[in-house]
Amino acid sequence: MSEEPVILFDKVNKWFGDFHVLRDIDLAVAKGERIVICGPSGSGKSTMIRCINRLEEHQQGTIIVDGIELTDDIKNIDSIRSEVGMVFQSFNLFPHMTVLDNLVIGQHLVRRLPKGEAEEVAMTYLERVKIADQANKHPGQLSGGQQQRVAIARSLCMKPKIMLFDEVTSALDPEMVKEVLDVMVDLAEEGMTMLVVTHEMGFARTVANRVIFMDEGQIIEENTPGAFFDNPASERAQSFIGQVLHHQ
Amino acid sequence: MEPILKPFKEQQAPPLQSSGFVVWLRSNFFSTWINSLMTIGLLWVIYQIGSFVINWGFIDAVWFGESAKACPNVHGACWAFVTDRWRLFVYGLYPSELRWRVDVFYGLGALTIAAFVFSFGPITKRLRLTMFIGFPIAAYILLVGGMVGLKYVTPEDFGGLLLTVVIAAVGIFASIPLGLILMLGRTSELKVISKVCAYYIEFWRGVPHIAVIVMFVALLPIFIPDGNKIDIVVRALIAFAAFNSAYMAEVFRGGLQSIPAGQFEASKAIGLSYWKMMGYIILPQAIRNSVPALVNTCISIFKETTIVLLIGFSDFLGIIQLSLEDPKWLGPPHIFSSAYVFAALIYFSFTFGMSKYSLRLENRTNVDH
Repeated sequence: MSEEPVILFDKVNKWFGDFHVLRDIDLAVAKGERIVICGPSGSGKSTMIRCINRLEEHQQGTIIVDGIELTDDIKNIDSIRSEVGMVFQSFNLFPHMTVLDNLVIGQHLVRRLPKGEAEEVAMTYLERVKIADQANKHPGQLSGGQQQRVAIARSLCMKPKIMLFDEVTSALDPEMVKEVLDVMVDLAEEGMTMLVVTHEMGFARTVANRVIFMDEGQIIEENTPGAFFDNPASERAQSFIGQVLHHQ
Repeated sequence: MEPILKPFKEQQAPPLQSSGFVVWLRSNFFSTWINSLMTIGLLWVIYQIGSFVINWGFIDAVWFGESAKACPNVHGACWAFVTDRWRLFVYGLYPSELRWRVDVFYGLGALTIAAFVFSFGPITKRLRLTMFIGFPIAAYILLVGGMVGLKYVTPEDFGGLLLTVVIAAVGIFASIPLGLILMLGRTSELKVISKVCAYYIEFWRGVPHIAVIVMFVALLPIFIPDGNKIDIVVRALIAFAAFNSAYMAEVFRGGLQSIPAGQFEASKAIGLSYWKMMGYIILPQAIRNSVPALVNTCISIFKETTIVLLIGFSDFLGIIQLSLEDPKWLGPPHIFSSAYVFAALIYFSFTFGMSKYSLRLENRTNVDH
């Protein structure tokens, strides 16, 4: 890699109480790279990406995001959070605000855009995720797929350099998965740096540059999606892929 | 296996709802024989109570008169006691030539309530904010005076409904912001702050309110230099705010705990600072979820104002009791019962209003579906 990595994990360790949830994680993500992270439940995938915007704190090792090291310094955390967008499994839209206000509030309060300008930006992103006609509804009035698209638009409004997706289709009814994945494929085509925790193997194959397989808090295997799915090297990955494919 | 195909059914209208008063009656009150029996039994009870209330409270009641002699009929209410003394009940010992100031205060209070109950189109929000901030200031200037050409009236002359309303309003409106601050403190990640707030809350919740009131009124001057100069009513108000803010803090903490962790995470993920996250995302939802418990606490604050009786204040209930001791009104016990029924009705109408308003608030702020 010629360029500096935008995300760098160096020997990162983390415990939840006595439980060793991340074990010596080393990872470098280049700008524009699209990484899919998979692995059995409880393997530390979500915890790892949540460390990137410090929703979780690591206890040992170094994490550097966009040239800034993650420490307890509040200023650093805020500037990193404004560079990193995140979309969650349970959408986490703000239920007491309209869809439009969900998109405006961050721009207005964090990026300090005037309200009118923020609304314009919000509408362009709502159009991009094809949901502009719902701008004045409250999140509770939308379907799961629509809510998740709003959540993606909310993150994009902050003009992040990196996007984190934490099992964003797991809580959706099957017929709504595609509309959300389509938005993510679009985003990938634009060159966004993306870390995606997902079990959507089709998405991984078409979009990812690299697949990372985790188990018991460690990165077990890294490969291109084609090679990983067709020819997993480790036994754990073989059995995992067997189980996941069995379901699809 | 051959596929089993079922014919597609077009959408159909729902079955006709049979309606009308008789159908409604039958389905709600006479659906089974046991239901019918209960309905008839309850009707009989309602009739008995209703006829008693009408006879006692209206037909056999005495409405006007100047002393106990006006109320010889022990089977009817003695409203004469109330109509003869209502000024005292409403104004307390407020100087009679200055009572217009209390009238203006009540009027402004009614307008403020109206501003929150009714909608006034685009200016509603600004109007409410103006009243919310303006009313307490105006109330203080009007009632206490000593400025803008208004003669000073010592709060010790407040009494009756005026004192009850002032103590309740100050108790409620001081303890809400204090409670919010205490709740934020208690849930803070800074251990020192959270411990201090937790102990503050536990202390004031754990001490009998009567003890607190007596302590503030009697003992405060001993601990604080010049404590005697703090008006005795103000001391009671401080005591009220102190323990009620502890209850409010717990009410708000309950609301806070109902907010899913995802709301905090999403706020942090878009880069909101702690205060912006709390102010724009978490507290609006937490407060909304606290409304039923909040109004519950407000109602109990309103009713609990009567404990100032114990330190010699004549609040609404106190002044009614005092008037009952007036030799002019010493008489048969039904004057007593009439007086207390009247007091109960007034307290009830205030608290019932609060609970109705809270229901409206819950419905209005419910935007989830």
